[in-house]
Amino acid sequence: MKAHFKIKRFNPEKDREPHWEEYELEVEPTERVLDALQTIKWEQDGTLTLRRSCAHGICGSDAMVINGKNRLACKTLIKDLGSHITVEPLRGLPVIKDLIIDFTDFFAKYRSIKPYFINDEPPPDVERRQSPRQRARFDDTTKCILCGICTTACPVFWADSRYLGPAAIVQAHRFLFDSRDQGAEERLPVLSAHGGVWKCRTVFNCTDACPQGIDVTGAIAEVKKLLLFRKL
Amino acid sequence: MRPSSAERASSGSFELFAWLFMRISGVILLGMAVFHLFYMHFVFGVERMNFNTIGARWQNPLWRVFDFFLLAFALFHGFNGLRVVLDDYLSQRPGWRVLAKTLVFVLVVGLMSIGGYVIFTFPAAANLAAVP
Repeated sequence: MKAHFKIKRFNPEKDREPHWEEYELEVEPTERVLDALQTIKWEQDGTLTLRRSCAHGICGSDAMVINGKNRLACKTLIKDLGSHITVEPLRGLPVIKDLIIDFTDFFAKYRSIKPYFINDEPPPDVERRQSPRQRARFDDTTKCILCGICTTACPVFWADSRYLGPAAIVQAHRFLFDSRDQGAEERLPVLSAHGGVWKCRTVFNCTDACPQGIDVTGAIAEVKKLLLFRKL
Repeated sequence: MRPSSAERASSGSFELFAWLFMRISGVILLGMAVFHLFYMHFVFGVERMNFNTIGARWQNPLWRVFDFFLLAFALFHGFNGLRVVLDDYLSQRPGWRVLAKTLVFVLVVGLMSIGGYVIFTFPAAANLAAVP
Protein backbone atom coordinates (compact mmCIF):
# COMPACT_ATOMS: atom_id res chain seq x y z
CA MET A 1 0.00 0.00 0.00
CA LYS A 2 0.97 3.64 -0.40
CA ALA A 3 1.67 5.47 2.84
CA HIS A 4 1.82 9.21 3.37
CA PHE A 5 4.14 10.32 6.16
CA LYS A 6 4.15 13.80 7.70
CA ILE A 7 7.18 14.22 9.94
CA LYS A 8 8.07 17.14 12.20
CA ARG A 9 11.65 18.13 11.37
CA PHE A 10 14.06 20.38 13.21
CA ASN A 11 17.70 21.00 12.43
CA PRO A 12 19.28 23.20 15.13
CA GLU A 13 21.99 24.36 12.69
CA LYS A 14 19.50 25.69 10.14
CA ASP A 15 16.01 26.05 11.61
CA ARG A 16 14.60 28.45 14.12
CA GLU A 17 11.33 26.58 14.45
CA PRO A 18 10.37 22.99 13.70
CA HIS A 19 8.52 22.42 10.40
CA TRP A 20 6.63 19.57 8.71
CA GLU A 21 7.98 17.55 5.82
CA GLU A 22 6.02 14.99 3.83
CA TYR A 23 7.05 11.67 2.30
CA GLU A 24 5.28 9.04 0.20
CA LEU A 25 6.39 5.43 0.08
CA GLU A 26 5.29 1.87 -0.63
CA VAL A 27 4.85 -0.19 2.56
CA GLU A 28 3.40 -3.49 3.63
CA PRO A 29 0.45 -2.96 6.02
CA THR A 30 2.10 -5.39 8.43
CA GLU A 31 5.27 -3.32 8.60
CA ARG A 32 5.95 -1.15 11.61
CA VAL A 33 6.26 2.65 11.66
CA LEU A 34 9.95 2.16 12.46
CA ASP A 35 10.45 0.20 9.22
CA ALA A 36 8.87 3.01 7.22
CA LEU A 37 10.99 5.68 8.98
CA GLN A 38 14.14 3.70 8.22
CA THR A 39 13.09 3.30 4.59
CA ILE A 40 12.60 7.07 4.37
CA LYS A 41 16.02 7.65 5.93
CA TRP A 42 17.80 5.08 3.77
CA GLU A 43 16.08 5.75 0.44
CA GLN A 44 14.66 9.29 0.45
CA ASP A 45 16.26 11.61 2.98
CA GLY A 46 19.43 10.62 4.83
CA THR A 47 19.20 13.66 7.10
CA LEU A 48 16.12 12.32 8.94
CA THR A 49 17.33 11.73 12.50
CA LEU A 50 15.84 9.28 14.97
CA ARG A 51 16.85 6.95 17.77
CA ARG A 52 16.36 3.21 17.66
CA SER A 53 18.31 0.35 19.07
CA CYS A 54 16.80 -3.08 19.60
CA ALA A 55 13.77 -2.39 17.37
CA HIS A 56 11.77 -4.96 19.34
CA GLY A 57 10.03 -2.94 22.04
CA ILE A 58 12.46 -3.55 24.87
CA CYS A 59 15.15 -0.85 24.73
CA GLY A 60 12.70 2.06 24.64
CA SER A 61 14.75 4.23 22.27
CA ASP A 62 12.21 4.93 19.55
CA ALA A 63 9.45 6.55 21.58
CA MET A 64 7.73 9.30 19.57
CA VAL A 65 4.36 10.89 18.99
CA ILE A 66 2.64 8.91 16.23
CA ASN A 67 -0.76 10.15 15.05
CA GLY A 68 -1.02 12.27 18.19
CA LYS A 69 -0.23 9.53 20.71
CA ASN A 70 3.00 8.59 22.43
CA ARG A 71 4.09 5.19 21.12
CA LEU A 72 7.11 3.07 20.33
CA ALA A 73 7.65 3.17 16.55
CA CYS A 74 8.80 -0.48 16.65
CA LYS A 75 5.57 -1.68 18.29
CA THR A 76 3.16 0.25 16.07
CA LEU A 77 1.92 -1.45 12.91
CA ILE A 78 1.04 0.66 9.89
CA LYS A 79 -2.22 -1.26 9.35
CA ASP A 80 -3.44 -0.01 12.73
CA LEU A 81 -2.96 3.63 11.69
CA GLY A 82 -4.11 3.80 8.08
CA SER A 83 -2.29 5.39 5.16
CA HIS A 84 -1.82 8.90 6.65
CA ILE A 85 0.69 8.93 9.47
CA THR A 86 2.11 11.91 11.37
CA VAL A 87 5.27 11.58 13.43
CA GLU A 88 6.58 14.13 15.97
CA PRO A 89 9.16 14.12 18.75
CA LEU A 90 7.95 13.52 22.33
CA ARG A 91 6.56 16.61 24.08
CA GLY A 92 7.80 18.31 27.22
CA LEU A 93 11.56 17.86 26.71
CA PRO A 94 13.84 19.89 24.42
CA VAL A 95 14.31 18.65 20.85
CA ILE A 96 17.94 18.06 19.82
CA LYS A 97 17.22 17.21 16.19
CA ASP A 98 14.15 15.90 14.34
CA LEU A 99 12.75 13.05 16.46
CA ILE A 100 15.54 13.04 19.05
CA ILE A 101 14.84 14.73 22.36
CA ASP A 102 17.20 15.58 25.21
CA PHE A 103 16.71 13.08 28.05
CA THR A 104 19.19 14.75 30.46
CA ASP A 105 16.46 16.13 32.76
CA PHE A 106 14.53 12.85 32.57
CA PHE A 107 17.50 10.80 33.78
CA ALA A 108 18.49 13.37 36.43
CA LYS A 109 15.02 12.88 37.94
CA TYR A 110 15.35 9.11 37.56
CA ARG A 111 18.62 9.18 39.52
CA SER A 112 17.18 11.47 42.20
CA ILE A 113 14.93 8.68 43.53
CA LYS A 114 17.96 6.33 43.84
CA PRO A 115 16.83 3.61 41.42
CA TYR A 116 19.01 0.85 42.85
CA PHE A 117 18.85 -1.71 45.62
CA ILE A 118 19.67 -0.29 49.08
CA ASN A 119 20.25 -2.66 52.00
CA ASP A 120 23.00 -2.18 54.57
CA GLU A 121 22.68 -5.63 56.13
CA PRO A 122 25.48 -8.00 55.14
CA PRO A 123 24.32 -10.40 52.43
CA PRO A 124 23.29 -13.84 53.77
CA ASP A 125 25.08 -17.05 52.66
CA VAL A 126 22.33 -17.77 50.17
CA GLU A 127 20.29 -15.15 48.31
CA ARG A 128 18.03 -12.65 50.10
CA ARG A 129 14.83 -14.68 50.15
CA GLN A 130 11.48 -13.40 49.07
CA SER A 131 8.11 -15.14 48.88
CA PRO A 132 6.25 -15.22 45.53
CA ARG A 133 3.70 -12.90 47.13
CA GLN A 134 6.36 -10.38 48.14
CA ARG A 135 7.77 -10.53 44.62
CA ALA A 136 4.34 -10.02 43.08
CA ARG A 137 3.87 -6.84 45.13
CA PHE A 138 6.11 -4.80 42.80
CA ASP A 139 6.03 -7.01 39.68
CA ASP A 140 4.15 -4.47 37.55
CA THR A 141 6.72 -1.69 37.98
CA THR A 142 9.67 -3.99 37.15
CA LYS A 143 8.43 -3.94 33.54
CA CYS A 144 9.45 -0.30 32.96
CA ILE A 145 11.87 0.15 30.04
CA LEU A 146 12.53 3.89 30.67
CA CYS A 147 11.31 4.94 27.24
CA GLY A 148 9.94 8.20 28.65
CA ILE A 149 6.50 7.77 27.06
CA CYS A 150 4.59 8.18 30.35
CA THR A 151 6.47 11.27 31.54
CA THR A 152 6.18 13.02 28.18
CA ALA A 153 2.45 12.18 28.00
CA CYS A 154 1.78 13.89 31.35
CA PRO A 155 0.20 17.37 31.10
CA VAL A 156 1.47 18.25 34.58
CA PHE A 157 5.02 17.56 33.37
CA TRP A 158 4.44 19.66 30.23
CA ALA A 159 3.33 22.59 32.39
CA ASP A 160 5.81 22.26 35.25
CA SER A 161 9.16 20.66 34.54
CA ARG A 162 9.92 20.59 38.27
CA TYR A 163 7.63 17.53 38.50
CA LEU A 164 9.57 14.24 38.81
CA GLY A 165 7.22 12.66 36.28
CA PRO A 166 5.58 9.22 36.22
CA ALA A 167 8.66 7.25 35.07
CA ALA A 168 10.79 8.27 38.08
CA ILE A 169 7.91 7.47 40.44
CA VAL A 170 7.38 4.06 38.81
CA GLN A 171 11.07 3.31 39.42
CA ALA A 172 10.75 4.46 43.04
CA HIS A 173 7.73 2.17 43.44
CA ARG A 174 9.75 -0.78 42.17
CA PHE A 175 12.19 -0.42 45.09
CA LEU A 176 9.87 0.95 47.81
CA PHE A 177 7.65 -2.14 47.61
CA ASP A 178 10.52 -4.63 47.38
CA SER A 179 10.65 -6.47 50.73
CA ARG A 180 14.49 -6.71 50.49
CA ASP A 181 15.05 -2.99 50.03
CA GLN A 182 15.64 -0.57 52.91
CA GLY A 183 16.08 2.72 51.03
CA ALA A 184 12.66 4.23 51.79
CA GLU A 185 14.07 6.91 54.13
CA GLU A 186 16.34 8.17 51.36
CA ARG A 187 13.70 8.10 48.62
CA LEU A 188 10.56 9.33 50.34
CA PRO A 189 11.71 12.93 51.01
CA VAL A 190 12.27 13.44 47.27
CA LEU A 191 8.87 11.88 46.46
CA SER A 192 7.04 13.99 49.05
CA ALA A 193 8.69 17.29 48.12
CA HIS A 194 7.14 19.96 45.95
CA GLY A 195 7.86 18.23 42.62
CA GLY A 196 6.96 14.78 43.94
CA VAL A 197 3.91 12.53 43.82
CA TRP A 198 1.50 15.24 45.05
CA LYS A 199 1.75 16.95 41.68
CA CYS A 200 0.01 13.95 40.07
CA ARG A 201 -3.53 14.95 39.13
CA THR A 202 -4.56 11.39 38.07
CA VAL A 203 -5.04 12.34 34.44
CA PHE A 204 -4.23 8.71 33.43
CA ASN A 205 -2.37 9.77 30.24
CA CYS A 206 0.65 7.80 31.51
CA THR A 207 -1.30 4.58 32.07
CA ASP A 208 -2.99 5.00 28.70
CA ALA A 209 0.29 5.46 26.85
CA CYS A 210 2.63 2.95 28.58
CA PRO A 211 3.80 0.44 25.94
CA GLN A 212 4.50 -2.09 28.69
CA GLY A 213 0.94 -1.88 30.05
CA ILE A 214 2.07 -0.76 33.49
CA ASP A 215 -0.65 0.69 35.73
CA VAL A 216 1.39 3.86 36.17
CA THR A 217 -1.29 5.98 37.85
CA GLY A 218 -1.99 3.08 40.23
CA ALA A 219 1.70 2.88 41.16
CA ILE A 220 1.80 6.62 41.86
CA ALA A 221 -1.33 6.26 44.01
CA GLU A 222 0.37 3.49 46.00
CA VAL A 223 3.37 5.72 46.68
CA LYS A 224 0.97 8.50 47.79
CA LYS A 225 -0.76 6.06 50.14
CA LEU A 226 2.57 4.91 51.55
CA LEU A 227 3.62 8.50 52.28
CA LEU A 228 0.22 9.36 53.76
CA PHE A 229 -0.02 6.42 56.16
CA ARG A 230 3.54 6.94 57.35
CA LYS A 231 2.54 10.46 58.39
CA LEU A 232 -0.85 9.70 59.97
CA MET B 1 15.96 18.41 38.05
CA ARG B 2 16.20 17.45 41.67
CA PRO B 3 14.39 19.96 43.89
CA SER B 4 16.85 22.23 45.69
CA SER B 5 17.51 21.43 49.33
CA ALA B 6 15.82 24.70 50.32
CA GLU B 7 12.72 23.79 48.34
CA ARG B 8 12.58 20.39 49.96
CA ALA B 9 13.15 21.69 53.46
CA SER B 10 10.48 24.36 53.12
CA SER B 11 7.86 21.99 51.75
CA GLY B 12 8.23 19.18 54.32
CA SER B 13 4.81 17.58 54.61
CA PHE B 14 2.95 20.64 53.38
CA GLU B 15 2.11 19.17 49.97
CA LEU B 16 0.91 15.95 51.60
CA PHE B 17 -1.49 17.76 53.94
CA ALA B 18 -2.63 20.13 51.17
CA TRP B 19 -3.46 17.05 49.09
CA LEU B 20 -5.31 15.42 52.01
CA PHE B 21 -7.20 18.64 52.80
CA MET B 22 -8.32 18.83 49.17
CA ARG B 23 -9.86 15.33 49.35
CA ILE B 24 -11.53 15.78 52.72
CA SER B 25 -12.84 19.31 52.07
CA GLY B 26 -14.06 18.18 48.65
CA VAL B 27 -16.22 15.45 50.19
CA ILE B 28 -17.49 17.75 52.94
CA LEU B 29 -18.25 20.54 50.45
CA LEU B 30 -20.18 18.15 48.27
CA GLY B 31 -22.52 17.45 51.21
CA MET B 32 -22.68 21.02 52.54
CA ALA B 33 -23.04 22.82 49.20
CA VAL B 34 -25.66 20.42 47.85
CA PHE B 35 -27.59 20.64 51.13
CA HIS B 36 -27.35 24.46 51.07
CA LEU B 37 -28.56 24.64 47.48
CA PHE B 38 -31.41 22.21 48.14
CA TYR B 39 -32.46 23.94 51.38
CA MET B 40 -32.36 27.50 50.03
CA HIS B 41 -34.16 26.71 46.79
CA PHE B 42 -36.67 24.02 47.66
CA VAL B 43 -37.24 24.10 51.43
CA PHE B 44 -36.77 27.80 52.20
CA GLY B 45 -37.67 29.14 48.76
CA VAL B 46 -35.76 31.77 46.79
CA GLU B 47 -38.74 34.12 46.66
CA ARG B 48 -38.71 34.47 50.49
CA MET B 49 -34.96 35.10 50.63
CA ASN B 50 -34.11 38.62 51.78
CA PHE B 51 -32.12 40.53 54.36
CA ASN B 52 -34.64 39.98 57.17
CA THR B 53 -35.22 36.27 56.65
CA ILE B 54 -31.51 35.54 56.56
CA GLY B 55 -31.07 37.71 59.66
CA ALA B 56 -33.83 35.79 61.37
CA ARG B 57 -32.24 32.48 60.40
CA TRP B 58 -29.04 33.54 62.15
CA GLN B 59 -30.95 33.59 65.45
CA ASN B 60 -30.02 29.95 65.52
CA PRO B 61 -26.25 29.81 66.16
CA LEU B 62 -26.03 26.45 64.36
CA TRP B 63 -26.80 28.24 61.09
CA ARG B 64 -23.95 30.66 61.77
CA VAL B 65 -21.59 27.76 62.38
CA PHE B 66 -22.83 26.01 59.22
CA ASP B 67 -22.40 29.16 57.12
CA PHE B 68 -18.95 29.80 58.58
CA PHE B 69 -17.71 26.32 57.71
CA LEU B 70 -19.29 26.42 54.25
CA LEU B 71 -17.46 29.69 53.60
CA ALA B 72 -14.16 28.47 55.05
CA PHE B 73 -14.11 25.14 53.18
CA ALA B 74 -15.16 26.76 49.89
CA LEU B 75 -12.56 29.52 50.14
CA PHE B 76 -9.62 27.35 51.17
CA HIS B 77 -10.54 24.50 48.80
CA GLY B 78 -10.69 27.05 45.98
CA PHE B 79 -7.49 28.73 47.13
CA ASN B 80 -5.53 25.48 47.15
CA GLY B 81 -6.84 24.65 43.68
CA LEU B 82 -5.68 28.02 42.36
CA ARG B 83 -2.31 27.61 44.09
CA VAL B 84 -1.78 24.32 42.26
CA VAL B 85 -2.79 25.85 38.91
CA LEU B 86 -0.50 28.86 39.44
CA ASP B 87 2.36 26.50 40.37
CA ASP B 88 1.91 24.78 37.00
CA TYR B 89 1.42 27.72 34.73
CA LEU B 90 3.95 30.07 36.31
CA SER B 91 6.53 27.33 36.93
CA GLN B 92 9.13 29.10 34.77
CA ARG B 93 8.47 32.53 36.34
CA PRO B 94 9.32 32.37 40.03
CA GLY B 95 8.73 36.11 40.63
CA TRP B 96 5.26 36.15 39.09
CA ARG B 97 4.45 32.91 40.86
CA VAL B 98 5.20 34.30 44.32
CA LEU B 99 3.35 37.52 43.50
CA ALA B 100 0.24 35.76 42.13
CA LYS B 101 0.08 33.29 45.03
CA THR B 102 0.52 36.10 47.56
CA LEU B 103 -2.25 38.17 45.96
CA VAL B 104 -4.67 35.22 45.94
CA PHE B 105 -3.77 34.40 49.54
CA VAL B 106 -4.38 38.00 50.68
CA LEU B 107 -7.71 38.01 48.82
CA VAL B 108 -8.77 34.72 50.47
CA VAL B 109 -7.77 35.88 53.96
CA GLY B 110 -9.56 39.19 53.32
CA LEU B 111 -12.79 37.48 52.16
CA MET B 112 -12.59 35.03 55.06
CA SER B 113 -12.19 37.87 57.56
CA ILE B 114 -15.08 39.90 56.16
CA GLY B 115 -17.30 36.82 55.93
CA GLY B 116 -16.39 35.59 59.41
CA TYR B 117 -16.90 39.06 60.85
CA VAL B 118 -20.39 39.34 59.37
CA ILE B 119 -21.42 35.84 60.35
CA PHE B 120 -20.39 36.18 63.99
CA THR B 121 -21.17 39.83 64.73
CA PHE B 122 -24.50 40.15 62.91
CA PRO B 123 -27.02 41.47 65.46
CA ALA B 124 -29.57 38.98 66.75
CA ALA B 125 -33.11 39.29 65.39
CA ALA B 126 -34.31 41.39 68.34
CA ASN B 127 -32.21 44.30 67.09
CA LEU B 128 -32.98 43.76 63.42
CA ALA B 129 -35.34 46.71 63.21
CA ALA B 130 -32.41 48.99 64.03
CA VAL B 131 -30.43 47.65 61.09
CA PRO B 132 -31.12 49.72 57.96
